[in-house]
Amino acid sequence: MRHEIVEKNVGLLSVLVLVVISFGGLAEVVPLFFQKQTTEPVEGLKPLSALELAGRDIYRREGCVGCHSQMIRPFRAETERYGHYSVAGESVYEHNFLWGSKRTGPDLARVGGRYSDDWHRAHMYNPRDVVPESVMPAYPWLFENTLDGEHIADKMRAMRTLGVPYTDEQIAGAGQAVRGEREITALVAYLQQLGTVLKDTR
Amino acid sequence: MNNLWGDSLSGFWSAWIIVITLGTIAISAWVLFANRKTDKTPDAEGNVETTGHAADDIEEYDNPLPRWWFQLYVGTVIFALGYLVLYPGLGNYAGVLGWTQEGQWEQEVAQAEERYAPIFEQYQQVPVPELAQDGEAMQVAERIFLNNCAICHGSNAQGGYGFPNLTDDAWLYGGAPENIVQTITNGRNGLMPSWQQLGEQNIANLTQHVLSLSGQAEDAERAEQGAAVFASVCAACHSPDGTGNQALGAPNLTDDAWLYRQPGQPLDEAIRQTLRNGRNGHMPAQAAYIGEDKVHLVAAYVYSLSHQE
Repeated sequence: MRHEIVEKNVGLLSVLVLVVISFGGLAEVVPLFFQKQTTEPVEGLKPLSALELAGRDIYRREGCVGCHSQMIRPFRAETERYGHYSVAGESVYEHNFLWGSKRTGPDLARVGGRYSDDWHRAHMYNPRDVVPESVMPAYPWLFENTLDGEHIADKMRAMRTLGVPYTDEQIAGAGQAVRGEREITALVAYLQQLGTVLKDTR
Repeated sequence: MNNLWGDSLSGFWSAWIIVITLGTIAISAWVLFANRKTDKTPDAEGNVETTGHAADDIEEYDNPLPRWWFQLYVGTVIFALGYLVLYPGLGNYAGVLGWTQEGQWEQEVAQAEERYAPIFEQYQQVPVPELAQDGEAMQVAERIFLNNCAICHGSNAQGGYGFPNLTDDAWLYGGAPENIVQTITNGRNGLMPSWQQLGEQNIANLTQHVLSLSGQAEDAERAEQGAAVFASVCAACHSPDGTGNQALGAPNLTDDAWLYRQPGQPLDEAIRQTLRNGRNGHMPAQAAYIGEDKVHLVAAYVYSLSHQE
C-alpha cells in the first residue's frame, strides 16, 4: 500500500481524516434532521414568551447550564426524582439546546411548578437561606438589574428565522413586555415553565 | 404517552444508516486485511525486509502487526456485527433481542412497582396517627420527605422565612390528618392583601395591636387604637380574637409563631412589612409528583413531627 502518498501530503491526509470521522455523524446525526420525532413539537408546546426568553438568556449568561442539565434520561432513578424522561419534541423550539452534561446541581428539565416563585427568589438571592448544604453561588445582582428590552424583539426575530413560530404581535409587544422587569422575575418565569408541557410528569 | 420516541425511519434513511454502518465495518475489515503481512523471516544472509524508511542510518523493519493486536481488531469487527444482530442499530431493524430504551425503562419501573407497591399499599391501610407510630414506616417516609419536602421546609422540617415550621403546633391549614393529606395532595395558596392604603399611622397602630395579641405590645395606647382597625379589616380572615381561620389559611396571631420573620429581625418590623406589602404563600401540589400512597405516608411523617412523645 502506498502510505507515503497520504503521509507526506498533509492536505490529503486532512481530507481523508475528515471523511473517516464523518461516517459516525452521517449515520447517527444526519437522519435526525429529517425525523418527525425531532422536528415536530410535542402537543401544546409554545414558544417562550418575551419575559421567559429574556430569562433564558440570563440562564445562559450566568452559566447555569454548567452545573444543571435539562435532560432526564429514561432510567427509573431519574424519572422518580425528576419526572417523565425528556423527549426530543419538547426541545424543537430550543436554540441553542441547554441540555447540559454536568450535574453539580439537580436536573432542571421539569423544575417548572415544582417550587413556589418565592422559593426560587429566596434561593437565587442566597441558596443557603433555603438549602443550608447548597454549594450553589448566590445571584443577588439579579434583584437589582432591570431589563431594558432593547434587543428582545431582535432575538425573537432571530428565533423566527430558526423556525420558532413567533407572531408579529408577540414580537411587536416584546420590548414593552419585558422593559423595567427585574432580571430575577424573568429568570423565575423561565424556570417555572420548564418541562410543563408534558402533563404526566411522574 | 405512547409514541414519544417517534415513528420509525423512512425507508431511505433506514437504508442510509444500514449502508454507512455496514460499509464502515466492511472498509475497516478490508483495510486490516489488505495491509496484512505474513511473517517475514530473515533471508540466508540475515537481511530483513525494511519499509525503506531510514533516519540516521536506522532503518524501519517491515514486520507484521503483532498477532494479539491483529486478533483484537478482528474481534472488534465480530463484536460489532454481533451487536448489530442483537440490538437496534441498523435503521429500522429492531434486533433479535427486541431491546428498546423505553422498554428497559418500563421494565425497571414495573419491577420496582412490583417490589414497593405492596409496601405502600399496606401503609395506605393504616390511619395516619397510627402510622406515625410505626418506626419503620417513618424511616421510609423521612426519605420521601427529604427528597421532596425538605428543599423548602428544611431537612429538620423547621421551615424558614416564608416556609412553615412543621414541628410546632401552629397550623395554617389545620394539623388534623385529613388537613395534612389535603395540603400535600393539592398544595395551598395563601393570600394576604397589602394594606398600604390604610396609611402609616394605622399600620403602626395595627402592628402594636397584633403584637398585643401574643402579649408583646410595647405601646398599649397604639394597640388600643389598632383594635378598631383590626376589627374592621383583619377580623374577617384572622377572626375577631386574632386566632385565625384554618379554612382560609389565615394564621393564628396569638400563638407567637411567625412565618415571615427574618432571623434576627425585630418582630414589629416584620409585622409592619407584612401589613404594607401583603403576603402570597404558595405550596405546589405534590400528588402528581409522589402519588397518593406516598402522600399518605408523608402526611403521617409530618403528623409525627408535632406529635413526638
